[in-house]
Amino acid sequence: RNPKIVQSSVKPMSAKNRFTLQPLPYPKDALEQGGISRETVSYHYDKHHAGYVRKLNAADEAGKVPKNASLEQLIINADGAVFNLAAQIYNHTFYWESMAASSKGCQGSIAKAIQLQFSTYSDFIAAFKQKATTHFGSGWVWLSLNKQLQLVLSDGHDACNPLRDRMIPLLCIDVWEHAYYVDYRNDRAAYIDNFVLLINWERVQQRYENAIKSFKSNL
Amino acid sequence: FWTNLAPITCGGGELQSGALSKAIDNKFGSLAKFQEIFNAKTAAVQGSGWGWLVYCPQDKGIKIMTMPNQDPVGSLGVVPLLGIDVWEHAYYLKYENRRPEYLQEIWKVVNWKNVEQRYAEATK
Repeated sequence: RNPKIVQSSVKPMSAKNRFTLQPLPYPKDALEQGGISRETVSYHYDKHHAGYVRKLNAADEAGKVPKNASLEQLIINADGAVFNLAAQIYNHTFYWESMAASSKGCQGSIAKAIQLQFSTYSDFIAAFKQKATTHFGSGWVWLSLNKQLQLVLSDGHDACNPLRDRMIPLLCIDVWEHAYYVDYRNDRAAYIDNFVLLINWERVQQRYENAIKSFKSNL
Repeated sequence: FWTNLAPITCGGGELQSGALSKAIDNKFGSLAKFQEIFNAKTAAVQGSGWGWLVYCPQDKGIKIMTMPNQDPVGSLGVVPLLGIDVWEHAYYLKYENRRPEYLQEIWKVVNWKNVEQRYAEATK
């Protein structure tokens, strides 16, 4: 599979913009077979995701963002508007990377870890769906790795991000209404049912293995 | 929310002069200024929530508040008069992410008669 890096249709930012909009890992219609339309990807990426980048850069120019702080550092240390913007930029990039037009499915080290933690892959998917369906209001559901090298399924409001809890994120789903309203209206459950079939398990496994290494090297 | 809205043909968007319009002018300067402040505060709600015009029995005055998700403003000891839903489902199909535009337009169908009724009840 050759992922195509696609030029964003958003106006290019000036050189002094510290924060950038990462290109989508696939064309905008890549997820259509999986139930996420080109229309949704266009709004979600060009308006919401790009909007967060624009606003954080504007806040930066207005001197409201700590200099030399990376996106991750802002997520861990900042509060209020700066935290929201930084986290939403990160979260959306992560979300795009959590999906793929095709994946060989959950295999290898991540599959083993999921079985250890959740008994079976199906049990994990059921737990994931339950959290995502029942989360009230805007927010995200994350699969992360904690310092004890355990997989953690969590949900949180608005711009929540597990880096804040010193965990390493592996996979996320956006459950803000804008993520599914165009394709599914209020049927969040159907959106989630389709999302789990789009999970980019190769990327999740990569993140999992890197996270293990990262935690072990910090012991 | 549904009681707070009415078609233009049924008085939507029209605030008659009376106790409520006086209270709005006293507190905010004018109806237009009130709407400006309301819209700014409500547009700024993070994620899902509501903008509210409430009557506060303690201060004996009206004020603008915002609440997250579906948290009831009544639980804070104030009387809701007018609520505007800013969950994305309220505006996404027509306005996409343009929440400020949705807030600009909705005033055209605010059922001020209902808001006045609620204010009258609250201030009895």
